[in-house]
Amino acid sequence: MPDAAPSAPATPDKTSKLRTTARDAGDWLLQLLLSPFVEIGALFKLLWESVFWGIRPPYRGRLFIGAMEFIGIGSIFLVSLTAVFVGGVLALLLVDGFRDFGAENQTGAVIGLALAREVGPVFAALMVTSRAGSAMTTELGSMRVTNQIDALVTMAVNPVQYLVVPRLVAGFVMVPVLTMLFNIVGVMGAYFVAVGLLGLDPGVFMDRLKWLVDWDDVAQGLIKAMVFGVAVTLIACRQGFFAEGGAAGVGRATNRAVVQSAIAILMLDYLVTSLVLGQGFF
Amino acid sequence: MKFFRRNLIRLTRAPLPPEMKDDPIHVRIRDLHKSYGEHHVLKGVSLDIHRGQTNLIIGPSGSGKTVLMRQLIRLENPDSGQLIVNGIDFARLEGLDLAAMRRTFGMVFQMSALFDSMTVFDNVAFPLREHSDLSRNDIRDRVMDRLAALGVAAAAQKLPAQLSGGMQKRVAVARAMILESEILIYDEPTTGLDPITTEMVDELITEAEEMFGVTSIVISHDMASVVRIANQLSFLHEGRIAATGTPEELLHTDHPATAEFIRASRISLG
Repeated sequence: MPDAAPSAPATPDKTSKLRTTARDAGDWLLQLLLSPFVEIGALFKLLWESVFWGIRPPYRGRLFIGAMEFIGIGSIFLVSLTAVFVGGVLALLLVDGFRDFGAENQTGAVIGLALAREVGPVFAALMVTSRAGSAMTTELGSMRVTNQIDALVTMAVNPVQYLVVPRLVAGFVMVPVLTMLFNIVGVMGAYFVAVGLLGLDPGVFMDRLKWLVDWDDVAQGLIKAMVFGVAVTLIACRQGFFAEGGAAGVGRATNRAVVQSAIAILMLDYLVTSLVLGQGFF
Repeated sequence: MKFFRRNLIRLTRAPLPPEMKDDPIHVRIRDLHKSYGEHHVLKGVSLDIHRGQTNLIIGPSGSGKTVLMRQLIRLENPDSGQLIVNGIDFARLEGLDLAAMRRTFGMVFQMSALFDSMTVFDNVAFPLREHSDLSRNDIRDRVMDRLAALGVAAAAQKLPAQLSGGMQKRVAVARAMILESEILIYDEPTTGLDPITTEMVDELITEAEEMFGVTSIVISHDMASVVRIANQLSFLHEGRIAATGTPEELLHTDHPATAEFIRASRISLG
């Protein structure tokens, strides 16, 4: 009896290759879906560690002051400059739009409300992200890849307490301060454009502003600013603290920090607004 | 304040019992394992580190030298095994006890890892400011003494970036020694340095040992340093200590991988 013809080896090989490819694709998809949750989990873990180490002595006042100076004082010019132009462009748009139906008197009120509740905290946080957040990630990332963070550990100094806590506290305190600055300079910019250039009555502009905007609106903006301040510094520190892969890795970490911070600011803005207004999340 | 004081006291090392000072073995590493996922890097490292001597751990790239170093100083937690330092299992310590025990070690990193935002003086003063209640003048005196002993006092107000590689190493040794640590670990101290600076760093390791009576652990793949400084030599191969002994013993070993490594290095005690 002749031997059976040998079966073609390509078929099982092809099947196993397909199976491997399918499994890899599945893994990749699962990783993609889970990665935001992994990132959020890592952020909360770092936040928890920061609270834990933040309440323990020693309290290094010099580091807190340094971080506040870097985040707050260092951002004054950038925040003021953007506030003038944001206030100015809001005034241009609103005066032009309201004039069509004779409501330009409301310009001051609407600008004041928009700045206090929304534009001030969001823009202040975005400016802190672009200036201080990226610099923090780069600094911590460089410290990580050159073993400076490991050196802290070997000297029995907790790196979260030494590096992250002062920056988080500075973000929590200074972003609201910068938001107030943005509100004031933004109103000044709007006043200059609406009254000085477009001829709106100065008394009406200020009167309408005071009539509509009260301290609750300002407080709502400041609550948002505190949340944003913690979020952007936390993201910047987390990306820098765990950076790897040399100079290129630090660059990627900085890029991720800026993108994640911008997304976090806008998502948290919606979340906090809906909470404060009691309208539900979605 | 009371809480801070208590922590400070716990962070201060207890004096070494006299019987420990006579123990010729300073660190006993026993069956140390470390894996990253499915990659088993340390596969049961067992090694004695001799007190007051320069202990070199050599091995080819990828043999697990840096991983071993990271376990030694507890930058990472070993999966299993013991790290017995002065009779205490360092591998099992946590919290403030771990922090206190870390002060037994000083670490000199491959790239020195000096804080680049601080001057040389502030780098060396840093551990004292963190862990002692010495006055400002006492800190200044102690730091300047240590910098002078290592020949870098003139650079006290410079930033690390303004120093040469050899000088950075000296400052790193001064920082590692300022709390009078018993054990100094050097991670690849001569990698990337020119031959003259390499020789200088080797001399520095010997000087630190002689001047301050420390136990040195040098992790390296530079066989030239072996001849110059090693009292004890161990060869790490595929996650295990393949051979250990004096340099003379290892240079005549019949362990194939060790012999091959030494032959490739073209080193002799001449």
